[in-house]
Amino acid sequence: MTSSDSIRMEKLCYSIGGRKILENFDFHLERGVNRTILGVSGSGKTTILKLLLGLLEPDSGGIFLGDLCITGLPESAFMQQRRRIAIVFQGGALFDSMTVGENVGYRLFEEGQLTQAEITAIVREKLGFVGVEPALDLYPAELSGGMKKRVAIARALAADPDYIFFDEPTTGLDPIGVYNICSLMQRLQAEGKTTLMVTHDLATAFATSQRFTFLHNAHMLFEGSEDEMKASNIPEVREFLAPTTSSLFV
Amino acid sequence: MRPPKRWQWHSNLKINSAVIDNILLTFFYELQNYFTLAGRTFARIFRRPFYYREFAIQFDKLGFSSLFICILTGLFSGMVMALQSLIQLKPFGATSYVGGMVAVTMVKELGPVLASLMVAGRVGSAITAELGTMVVTEQVDAMRVEGTDIIKRLAVPRLKAMLLALPLLTIVTDMVSVVGGYIMSAGYNINPIMYISGLPQFMVFQDLIEGVVKPTVFGAIIAITGCYVGLNTKGGAEGVGSAAKKAVVLSSVLILVCDFFIAKVFVVFRG
Repeated sequence: MTSSDSIRMEKLCYSIGGRKILENFDFHLERGVNRTILGVSGSGKTTILKLLLGLLEPDSGGIFLGDLCITGLPESAFMQQRRRIAIVFQGGALFDSMTVGENVGYRLFEEGQLTQAEITAIVREKLGFVGVEPALDLYPAELSGGMKKRVAIARALAADPDYIFFDEPTTGLDPIGVYNICSLMQRLQAEGKTTLMVTHDLATAFATSQRFTFLHNAHMLFEGSEDEMKASNIPEVREFLAPTTSSLFV
Repeated sequence: MRPPKRWQWHSNLKINSAVIDNILLTFFYELQNYFTLAGRTFARIFRRPFYYREFAIQFDKLGFSSLFICILTGLFSGMVMALQSLIQLKPFGATSYVGGMVAVTMVKELGPVLASLMVAGRVGSAITAELGTMVVTEQVDAMRVEGTDIIKRLAVPRLKAMLLALPLLTIVTDMVSVVGGYIMSAGYNINPIMYISGLPQFMVFQDLIEGVVKPTVFGAIIAITGCYVGLNTKGGAEGVGSAAKKAVVLSSVLILVCDFFIAKVFVVFRG
């Protein structure tokens, strides 16, 4: 495994309005190792994804996509590297003014390297993969929450990325919806995609990841496997895994 | 124990200067970002891809859909202008000049300003609300991840649409206002020939240029302000609402301020 096959954060600091979100944060996402970042709401999980994608600028520290340090670079300079990464946002973030088909084929249309027929074929294939092909001509407003998430996954897959980030993919879904999303993630992993998920849903996390990172108060408190996490003596981790009455209203 | 009075005074002064510092810093930071966005948007006008479909949609949404309110604005402004002018001119027996007075006032000043203010209220808020919603629902982030230059994709088509639509809407407003003025004048026994013959007596060609330059600048102000405020929206649905309000107020004030300076420039050129 070379460094070009990984995404890293080194000594990263990020704050909003004086409030520290991340402090001296080190993180390493290796190709082929599916990882979940856990933590309570507001602990900075989504911020990590946005920093890794270059959507936010850190206060200090470095972010590396492969060998390229993207910190301080204009987006156009690392666009090719970012093409290897896709993200499924928490609410799907589908474009309201476009149909499902246009949403899924958006990047391919933008790149302009394929014909309309080729793009349509890819769009149908990706929608078929996530099981929403009949929704091709519908608008996002006409879809249920679960369908939106699946279309967002199809859009993420359109450019055939190596890494797929998931931001709270199962939040707000019914148990069948959660099961469908977990199954999809497992199928993606079986096809060689590396997934990075942020969530506070332990069942989804343990079903789809091998490594876990636990965030608390701007720091990484724990990094390890499921067994190591369950055996951890760190009070915050134990509290997160099995909340007690003492954690009420904290 | 209460601190001595002198200490309190110093403390208040410190707080006040810190607050003023903060306000000034925020103002200049926002100003810099506003002009950066404006510069980047203008720089991308002639760069590919051109997003023709998006431009056509925006031209329809921002321009054509504002036609009716501009016609109404022009009609009633022209009528009220004629009415007020007739009342003033009648004692001097100079009612034949009413056409010229209505035309010159509407073409140079009221037409561009009123049409722009109407469009700013209708379109400025729409641009901000649309972009603001895209920001808070992470659609803008999704576009960036998909490799899109959001200025080119979102701001440039809106700017182009406004640069083309607002002058056209203003021309329509001006024409309708002249017709409105005649409708009112007809009640005072002024015939169409008399009404129209007053126009060249009051207007020169430069006035027509002024009447087109102003809405072009105002169109840019509405589009850039709408995009700037929209793309910097924070805080969910409430944030979108307050951003839309902010965009309308800012556009309207900027239109009135710029109107003065453009008028001043044209007065200087007129000599």
